[in-house]
Amino acid sequence: MESILITNGRVIDPANKIDSVMNVLVENGKITSVGNKKPNADKVIDAKGMYVTPGLIDMHVHLREPGNEDEETIASGSAAAINGGFTSLAAMPNTEPSVDNEASAEFVYLQAKRTGKANIYPIGAITKGRKGVELSEMGQLVRGGAVGFSDDGDPVQNASIMLRGLTYSKMFGKTVIAHCEDKTLSGNGVMNSGHTAMTLGLSGIPGISEEITVHRDIALAKAANAKLHIAHISTAGSVELVRNAKKKGVSVTCEATPHHLTLTDEYIKSFDTTFKMNPPLRTKSDMEAVREGLKDGTIDVIASDHAPHSSEKKDVEFNVAPFGIIGIETILPVIMTELVNKGIITISQAVEKLTVNPARILGIPKGTLSTGADADITIIDPNYQWVIDPDKFKSKSRNCPFAGWKVTGKAVKVIVSGKVFENT
Amino acid sequence: MGNKDWTRKDLLGLEELSEEEILTVLDTAESFKEVSTRSIKKVPALRGKVVVTMFIEPSTRTRTSFSLAAQRLSADVVDFSAATSSLSKGESLKDTALNIEAMGVDIVIIRHTAPGAPHLLAKVLKASVINAGDGPHEHPTQGLLDIFTMREKFGRIKGLKVAVLGDINHSRVARSNIWGLKKLGAEVIACGPSTLIPSTIEKLGVKVSYNIDEILPEVDVINILRIQLERQQSGLFPSIREYTRLFGINSERLSRAKKDVLVMHPGPVNRGIEITPEVADGKNSVILSQVSNGLAVRMAVLYLVSGVTRSSE
Repeated sequence: MESILITNGRVIDPANKIDSVMNVLVENGKITSVGNKKPNADKVIDAKGMYVTPGLIDMHVHLREPGNEDEETIASGSAAAINGGFTSLAAMPNTEPSVDNEASAEFVYLQAKRTGKANIYPIGAITKGRKGVELSEMGQLVRGGAVGFSDDGDPVQNASIMLRGLTYSKMFGKTVIAHCEDKTLSGNGVMNSGHTAMTLGLSGIPGISEEITVHRDIALAKAANAKLHIAHISTAGSVELVRNAKKKGVSVTCEATPHHLTLTDEYIKSFDTTFKMNPPLRTKSDMEAVREGLKDGTIDVIASDHAPHSSEKKDVEFNVAPFGIIGIETILPVIMTELVNKGIITISQAVEKLTVNPARILGIPKGTLSTGADADITIIDPNYQWVIDPDKFKSKSRNCPFAGWKVTGKAVKVIVSGKVFENT
Repeated sequence: MGNKDWTRKDLLGLEELSEEEILTVLDTAESFKEVSTRSIKKVPALRGKVVVTMFIEPSTRTRTSFSLAAQRLSADVVDFSAATSSLSKGESLKDTALNIEAMGVDIVIIRHTAPGAPHLLAKVLKASVINAGDGPHEHPTQGLLDIFTMREKFGRIKGLKVAVLGDINHSRVARSNIWGLKKLGAEVIACGPSTLIPSTIEKLGVKVSYNIDEILPEVDVINILRIQLERQQSGLFPSIREYTRLFGINSERLSRAKKDVLVMHPGPVNRGIEITPEVADGKNSVILSQVSNGLAVRMAVLYLVSGVTRSSE
C-alpha cells in the first residue's frame, strides 16, 4: 500500500488536543506520524487551507438493508457516508428482519466489507424482533459485530425489561442506546404538540413523552450501573435531565441531530413531509436549549438519524407519511454553516462530537489521529460554498429538509484505512 | 370573468385570508343569495367549467351544497366516489387527483380526514382546489357561511362576542371560525371541557372558558359544535350524560342569555346531546339559515376561484 503524506493542513484531533498546522503520514493503512517533520511518501496531498480531522463517525443511521433496498442499501449508504465525509457509521437494527441475532449482525459487517467504502458497525436489538418482550442474544450479537444495543424507534415500553437489558448489556461492556418515547403519551401524534400542531389540526407528540422516558432510563441506568446513551435529544427538559444526571455521576451520554439544532416545528406549516421525523422538530426554545447543551458538553455527539424513505412513501398526506429524513450528506455542512460559522460551537467541539466521542461511546478503535491508529481521515475545505441539491446525493433517497440551503464546508477527500476517496 | 380583489387559485383555509378577502367572499355571496330567490335559480357564470367533488371522508350535506352551488353557476359537476386514498393503500391521493385533472377538470372540491390533503393537491394541480374540510384543520366555507349568517343578523362582525362551544380540539369548524372572526374584529370565547380545548388556543387571541353558564349571559352568538361519540370512547370526557349536563344548550340555560342571542350549529345535530330540540327549533336558532347561506357562500367561492384557475387561462 502506498504511503501518503498530508501536508500543510490544519490538523484538528481533539482526542490528542491538537489544533495546528501539521503533517500527517500514513503507511500501510495506519497513521505513523503527526508533526512538523516532512517525511518522504509515495503520494503527497497538499491540504493547505484545509482541515485534517479524524474520519468522521455517524453513530445513528438507518441503512434499510435487508428489507427496503429501494430506499437505501449498505452500499449506497456507504457511498453517501464517504460523500458526506464519514468513514464510519453505526447502523440501527430496524431493518426487516431486524438485527437481533449473530448472523444478521454479521451480514451488515460483511456487506460493508464487500462494498469497501466506509466502516459500518451494526447496533443490535435489545429485544427479539424489537418487540420489547424478550432480550435478544446480546452475547451472540457482539460476536457478530454489534457495538451497542437499541430497539430504536420502538423503544422498550416495559421498564422492567429495559432494566434487564441494561443489566445484561454490562457483561459485554456495551452501551444501550435509547430512543426515548412513551408511546402512551405520543399516541398517534405526527408532529410536536404545541401551537403549530394545534393550528394545523395535526395530532401532537408532546415533549413530555420524551422527557418522562429520559427520566426513566436515567433512573434505570443508575440502578443497573450500566452505560446509557440517549439518542436524538430534542427538548429543553431532556437536556436538563441529562445535564443533572451527568453532574450526579450517572453513566449517561447523549446525541443531537442537525435538524433539531437548526429547525423548528414551524417548518411544517406547509404540510411538507420532509420535515416529519421522530422525535419531531420542536419549538425555538427547545432548539436553543439543545444548542446550549451542545455548547456546554451535555450533548456528547452529533448524529444524523439518517432515515431514507422513498418519494412514493413520503409524497402523501402528512399524517400517513413515514417519520424520518436523510442526513449523512448534509450533517457536516449544516453544522459548519449554522453552528460553527455562527459562533455557537468551535470547529474543535464539532469535530470532537463527530469523532472521538461517538468512538468512545461505541467502544470502537476510531476517532483519533494517534500514531498507530487506522488511517481514517477526513479532509475538509472550510470555505467551499455550495447549494444542497438532494438529486446529487449518493443516498438512494431524497427526503432532505435542507434542500436549497446555501452552505459552506465540504469533505473533499476521505481516507479509510489508507484508501483515498475524492469527493467532487 | 373574475373579481379584481381576488387572486387566489385555491381556497385552503381562512388562516391565510386577509380581512378584505373575507369581505369580498361575503359581499359576493350576498349577490348570489339574491339569485336563490328568483324563480329561475341558474346563472351562467361557470358555463363550460367542470367541477369535481372528491369526498374521501363521507359527508352528505356539504357535498350536496357544493354540487348545487356549482350547478346554479351552470358548471358541469362530477362526483368522484373515492374508496381509494393512500390511507387505504390504493392509488395515492396525488395520482388520483392528477388523473382526474387529466380529464379536464377546472375545480376540485376535496373533503379528507388528513389535515393538509387539499394543500398537497393545490401544489400539484393546475386546477383550483377548494378545501371542504381537512381533518381537524380547517373548513373554510363553513367558517365563511357562519360569519355570513352572523353579519346578516347583526349587520356587523366587529365587536360581536361569539362563543364556540364543544370539542375545539378536533374541530375544523372551530378553527375556521376563530381565524375569520378574529380577522373581522369579533371577540371569540372557546368553551368546552378542558380536555377538549387546546392548551395554546389563547395565542390566537381567543378567551377560554370551561363554564358555559358563566359566559352565556354576555355572548351574542353561541356556535355549538357536534360532539362525537368516539371522543368519549377514547377517554377524553367521562360520559355523554355529563357532557350534556355541563355544556348542553337547553331552554333553561338559554333563558339566561341575551334575548337576541344567535344559536348556530354546523350540523348534523345530535338532538338531546349538545342541544335540545326546543332550542334547535326555537326562535334564536338560525341552523337552517346557515344551510341556505352555505349555498350562496359556496357559489361565491366557486365563482371567485374560477376567475383564477390556471387551466382556464
